[in-house]
Amino acid sequence: MYNFEMTRPSTIADAVKALKEEDAQALGGGQTLIPTLKQRLAMPSILVSLTAIGEMQGVCMSDAGEVCVGGATTHATVAREATAYPGLAAMAARIGDPAVRNRGTIGGSLANNDPSACYPAAALASGASIITNSREIAADDYFQGMFTTALEEGEVVTEVRFPVPEKSHYEKFVQPASRFALVGVMVAKYADGVRVAVTGASESGVFRWTEAEAALSANFTADALGDLSLDGDGMIADLHGSGAYRAHLVKVMTGRALKAAI
Amino acid sequence: MPKDNTQTDGGIGASTLRREDIRFLTGEGMYTDDIQLQGQTHAVFARSDVANGVIKSIDTSVAAAMPGVLAVFTGADFAEVGGNPAGWLINSRDGEPMKEPKRPVLAHGKVRHVGDAYAAVIAETRAQAMDAVAAIEADIQELPAVINMADAVKGGSLVHDEIETNVCFDWGWIEDNRAATDAAIKAAPHVTTLELVNNRLVPNAMEPRASTADYNKGTGEYTLYTTSQNPHLTRLLISAFVLGIPENKLRVIAPDVGGGFGSKIYHYGEEALVLAASKKLKRPVRWTASRSESFLTDAHGRDHVTKIELACEKDGTFIAFRTETMANVGAYLSNFSTVTPTFLHGTLMAGNYTVPNVYVNVKAVFTNTAPVDAYRGAGRPEATYSIERVIDMTARELGMDPVELRRMNFVKPDQYPYASAAGLEYDSGNYDRQMDKLEAMIDRDGFEARRIESAKNGKLRGLGLNAYIEACGIAPSNLVGILGARVGLYDAATVRVNATGSLAVMVGAHSHGQGHETAFPQIVADMLGIDPESIEIVHGDTAKIPFGMGTYGSRSLAVCGSAMVRATEKIIVKAKKIAAHMLEASDADIELVDGQFTVAGTDKSVSFGEVALKAYIPHQYPIEDIEPGLEETAFYDPANFTYPSGAYACEVEVDPETGKVTIEKFAAADDFGNIINPMIVTGQVHGGIGQGIGQALIEQTSYDSDGQLLSASYMDYAMPRADDMPFYQVNHDDGTPCTHNPLGVKGCGEAGAIGSPPTVVNAVIDALQRGGKNITHIDMPLTPSRVWDAMNAKGV
Ligand SMILES: Cc1cc2nc3c(=O)[nH]c(=O)nc-3n(C[C@H](O)[C@H](O)[C@H](O)COP(=O)(O)OP(=O)(O)OC[C@H]3O[C@@H](n4cnc5c(N)ncnc54)[C@H](O)[C@@H]3O)c2cc1C
Repeated sequence: MYNFEMTRPSTIADAVKALKEEDAQALGGGQTLIPTLKQRLAMPSILVSLTAIGEMQGVCMSDAGEVCVGGATTHATVAREATAYPGLAAMAARIGDPAVRNRGTIGGSLANNDPSACYPAAALASGASIITNSREIAADDYFQGMFTTALEEGEVVTEVRFPVPEKSHYEKFVQPASRFALVGVMVAKYADGVRVAVTGASESGVFRWTEAEAALSANFTADALGDLSLDGDGMIADLHGSGAYRAHLVKVMTGRALKAAI
Repeated sequence: MPKDNTQTDGGIGASTLRREDIRFLTGEGMYTDDIQLQGQTHAVFARSDVANGVIKSIDTSVAAAMPGVLAVFTGADFAEVGGNPAGWLINSRDGEPMKEPKRPVLAHGKVRHVGDAYAAVIAETRAQAMDAVAAIEADIQELPAVINMADAVKGGSLVHDEIETNVCFDWGWIEDNRAATDAAIKAAPHVTTLELVNNRLVPNAMEPRASTADYNKGTGEYTLYTTSQNPHLTRLLISAFVLGIPENKLRVIAPDVGGGFGSKIYHYGEEALVLAASKKLKRPVRWTASRSESFLTDAHGRDHVTKIELACEKDGTFIAFRTETMANVGAYLSNFSTVTPTFLHGTLMAGNYTVPNVYVNVKAVFTNTAPVDAYRGAGRPEATYSIERVIDMTARELGMDPVELRRMNFVKPDQYPYASAAGLEYDSGNYDRQMDKLEAMIDRDGFEARRIESAKNGKLRGLGLNAYIEACGIAPSNLVGILGARVGLYDAATVRVNATGSLAVMVGAHSHGQGHETAFPQIVADMLGIDPESIEIVHGDTAKIPFGMGTYGSRSLAVCGSAMVRATEKIIVKAKKIAAHMLEASDADIELVDGQFTVAGTDKSVSFGEVALKAYIPHQYPIEDIEPGLEETAFYDPANFTYPSGAYACEVEVDPETGKVTIEKFAAADDFGNIINPMIVTGQVHGGIGQGIGQALIEQTSYDSDGQLLSASYMDYAMPRADDMPFYQVNHDDGTPCTHNPLGVKGCGEAGAIGSPPTVVNAVIDALQRGGKNITHIDMPLTPSRVWDAMNAKGV
């Protein structure tokens, strides 16, 4: 770790101001950033902790019936309080271990956009809106490949709004070491169609499996996937599995998510 | 001598709770990194990020001038001191001694693996030292790395240019049996051949390695606090081989140590560096490994590539085992890297069986990877895995029941002492009895019903059963000396009775998770008939304990415990003399029962405490005949190895859609001879099996072709967690006592890790076979992707 300053503002406005300083960086739960700092892979001048900002905390319902999660809300809080969206709560309950869930935040997870993280799949499958200090970004526009998002320098995820599906389930096949998703699939059924988002698998990060969406929108039953399949090309290949294996798992996990959702 | 295993008075056989846990579990342990010394400074190492390279130049001038920097060392500073030696000389089949390239304190001339330290900075703070390390300018010309053993043996790029080969030795065991074994296999009606990999493991002790050196310029004495399993051995290596510090001026303290599993047996360069730096600066110098340094530089385990053949008659009678193994030793010879794949592996290659022919060939191979050395089980897991996998395969080929095939070849109880074809003399055992117990524990008869139930849920269920035998308490010194050991393998204990009747027992064994502080007093208390709470175990400090060889190879109880028994016997002899004087009787008439010395057949007695007091306040004392004091030391050099054995069973479910294996049941029937503390033994078995399951299913150490460690953190290196493990059924009752040590004990520290990997793999293969898949072998770890790949390979 290199030396850095630290500030803990209590409003979004102060946080945004603090982040304008050169080499300032937002700090959510620190579950990704602190290990990075320990390995001296980042050298921020000042860390702007978002955890004391009351307006970024907690879970509530919007007038439009969306589940709204404050950008600095921990996974444990979502697991406990997002009861209106059980698929989301159950997803949050399986992130990492208790220590990670009690520190890690939704804003940090979405800002980081780890290709194996769970939240991106939930946000994308829900067609969530990512609210920042300056704008609202649709999930479909937000995720732009591994560790890449639409966020600008210094932009803060203040809230995430999830339309609540009729039925949903997140199915995660864990990588044996990290227990992140080797492949994770979120299936969410809305009145106007089914969305299927896949994490862990693709070299381009979280993605929607549109063929599956079409099939399930037409027929939301356990065998609706039929002989749909994905290609291993463009899938992540590493010591935990080949591209072909991941492509296969996407199908299996989608089928299981579907079964659980029904 | 031990009484039955159910005694509950705190002596032998009692499941006394571990007294050391109070401090471990309440954060009161004192580990090396907890020791803070006045004026301490911090060492940080510059480590190679290439696997093979020539050091063209190292410019430390900028680093040396940075804030807080006190000294910078490079390999050149240690060019004149000795190398860290291999503890065992192995001769090749042709009689040539093994190749022993120097292992320097810091790499000099060449770096040989990622993580190889070539410089070190000492500074006032750790952060300053890290900054200065980043400012060292090393011009290292990268060379092609030698990673794969099959490539390494062909030559080409060399790890050590001066030895002109990457093969350290080419060993045959027993070379005189080679021709007979070859002929027997050639003539055999049935031969099963299996090629397998015993996967490389990272030890991952919870506490990373740490060393703090404190040179006292007033006395010229060095104190080294270090994470060691054997402080005397570390002192000996540093004194006699590396730095030449006289033994009387070097005190090595291994305080609480948070796990070792073998990786802390060895002397490492960091220990020498902090000692030399402390001498130069006249200030304490400390270093604690980061977890990343642990992954890159702790001696790894296993890493064998093996071809094993089992020849047998048509009815399954074993004729011969023949093994060809390449054993990775990594970039340098760690202290026991040469004995582990040879005498701790080849001598076990007859297993529990009456096979007449055994021949083992082992080539030890240098590669540009971290050194490989003994890791929980050390050689015996490799032997057991090869034998017990090939037997399962043979059973399948012959259409025989795998348990029946084993039983018909077991050494039988009336055959002991049994001279195995691999050169050992097994003293005791009863493999059929363990197998009987095991089949009942796992409810083998109920397996088919459970399998059908699993199938209903879309899962393939399989059952694996196997036996194992291992060898603990490596000895005797005379024999190992002939075989190439450069150390003795006895141990020592001093029993000091205090004036008020409490005891301090100073032992050469070192406890770093084993529970010696609880189990050892149970023995002495039993012998003296006193309360175990009045006995303190002292270990881990060369200034306090007799010269012992530390803890590894499940030797502590069998070897050091035996020394403790001998010392306590001497105490009893002397105490009886004192008691006889006090009671005005003859020594021969004195009996020690429940802590009272009594004149046989009378009610005249004195207590142990009264005798102790008399020894230290020798008024009215026969000073001409008996020295004052009550303190005795004994060294014990065993007559033979001990031979724990057992039978393990595992039931798994395989998810055919994902390849994921889950362990549904695991049963272990072990024979550890007599048991001192059954609860501690159960814990050791649980931990060992946990490590075995980790090796079998998830632990994967992977280097890429450039020698970068791909699994260099917990993001990619999977350690078994609680939910990866089943509830174990463990039984170690009715052991056959060891016949040659006074406690009749065999050792239990490694058994779980030795017996379990083949059990798990046998179970998975069984599940796949029963599921209609023509799969005969998958290399460990059986991760979901590997199992799925195997199931989806062509022709399966
Ligand atoms: C052992 C372990 C296991 C894990 N397992 C899983 C898992 O199974 N599934 C999973 O999905 N995740 C997992 N994680 C990740 C974890 O859940 C966190 O979501 C993740 O680390 C980031 O969240 P954070 O709040 O800790 O962010 P930080 O580490 O504080 O920050 C991460 C990045 O996001 C930026 N940032 C933080 N908050 C905001 C914000 N509100 N607006 C804009 N930028 C922001 C930071 O500047 C930084 O660049 C695991 C982590 C660990 C350590």
